[in-house]
Amino acid sequence: MLKDQGLMSWKELAPGMYILEPGNSVKFKTGDWKSHKPVLDKEKCIKCGQCYLMCPEPAYEENEEGYFICNLNYCKGCGICAAICPKGAITMVLEEA
Amino acid sequence: MGKRVAKEVSIAVADAVAQCKVDVVSAYPITPQTHIVEHLADLVNNGELDAEYIPVESEHAAMSACIGAAATGARTFTSTAAQGLLFMYEMLPIASAFRLPIVMVIANRAISAPISIWNDHGDVMTMRDLGWIQTFAENGQEAVDLVYHAYRVAEKAMLPVAVNLDGFIVTHVVEPVELLDQELVDKYIPPLKMKHKLDPKKPITIGAIGVPEIYTEARKAQDEAFKASYKVVVKAWQEFEKISGRRYQPIETYKMEDAEVALVIMGSLAETAMNTVDALREKGKKVGLIRIRLWRPFPTQDFIKALGKVKAITVFDRALSHGATGGPVGIEVRSALYQSNKRPKVLNLIGALGGRDVTTEDFEELFDRTFSFIKAKPRFAYEIFGAKE
Repeated sequence: MLKDQGLMSWKELAPGMYILEPGNSVKFKTGDWKSHKPVLDKEKCIKCGQCYLMCPEPAYEENEEGYFICNLNYCKGCGICAAICPKGAITMVLEEA
Repeated sequence: MGKRVAKEVSIAVADAVAQCKVDVVSAYPITPQTHIVEHLADLVNNGELDAEYIPVESEHAAMSACIGAAATGARTFTSTAAQGLLFMYEMLPIASAFRLPIVMVIANRAISAPISIWNDHGDVMTMRDLGWIQTFAENGQEAVDLVYHAYRVAEKAMLPVAVNLDGFIVTHVVEPVELLDQELVDKYIPPLKMKHKLDPKKPITIGAIGVPEIYTEARKAQDEAFKASYKVVVKAWQEFEKISGRRYQPIETYKMEDAEVALVIMGSLAETAMNTVDALREKGKKVGLIRIRLWRPFPTQDFIKALGKVKAITVFDRALSHGATGGPVGIEVRSALYQSNKRPKVLNLIGALGGRDVTTEDFEELFDRTFSFIKAKPRFAYEIFGAKE
């Protein structure tokens, strides 16, 4: 028996493989294959939100304290946030296997 | 009943498309399909057909426009031939994978090079694996009827349908053709109501990425729907018989009841072959003819049943599959027979390429060869018939 790799049965798919539920992509982790992840140094962060604005995914969310935190399930490790940060508060570190 | 009028088949086909009340026609003219879309352009221009006519810059765009329009729930039509079909190629599997009920008439024409505007089936055979339902017409009346049938099938099965007409031989001939009365067409092809379509009020996504974890399932679902369309095709013909009195089946047989040998043919050449069958029957030779009307999904059971008691058949292909074990139809037939206990000898000839004439005398020779093939040892996978040495 071939190893079961399917996400769901073919019988459950909508005709034409249409996605009938808009925005359902949030259910899927789309960034768990990255090589580098951003790490925030809160000491240096001025909460300017540029990482949040520039993230192409967008994986950043603002927390209660006003910091912008990257959701690593959606971050693809592009490093734009680290490059754009005016205070150098974000560093890209190698994702451990 | 409608009135029988002499019409050029292309014009009659376009009239039938108009009767089906298409919303969008998108096409790029290419010989020998031109008259079909020109006439549709006329009808739209004259206000006789309330449709959008999109004069695109290429066949790739023609099919793209049909896909976009069909995805919003519009009834669409396009037509092409030869290199035009190949130019469409990238979009063809998308139309079927999206389960869009697009209808296309292919005025079959040989593909280049060398440039040929004449008829064979080389163009359409390139798309045989793409999930399009495909039918082959023999004459003008059948061409028109298969257009009505195509819309009925496409919209019931939610799959695209290609109706194949031999270029010039069918498309440009003036024949007595009976178009259905409009009220019957309206009954047979009610307004298109799609369950899922692009609608800003109810957004859906069409054409999402298929990761390895879902692609296989997506194709399996499409394949099951495609195989299930066989029943839709047959039922639509039964319903058509009720309104028109004209009977169509996936496989057509001619004098097969006691035939010892048979020819297997698709398209208009079967008319010539029928004359040969008649002539040989008068001489007491037990010959028959099998014509494949439904090419995809291939009606395997119907085909095996149609064979009756034949000892040998000649499959006459009109397309070449370079380096294969036969022509496309030959391969299909041999493969079907391998699974069956009924296994006559199969001679596979490829001929009538690029508009080369095949006459009743040629078919007589073919039947003779088929008779002698009953006891012969098969030596060749296929042979190109009529090539001057």
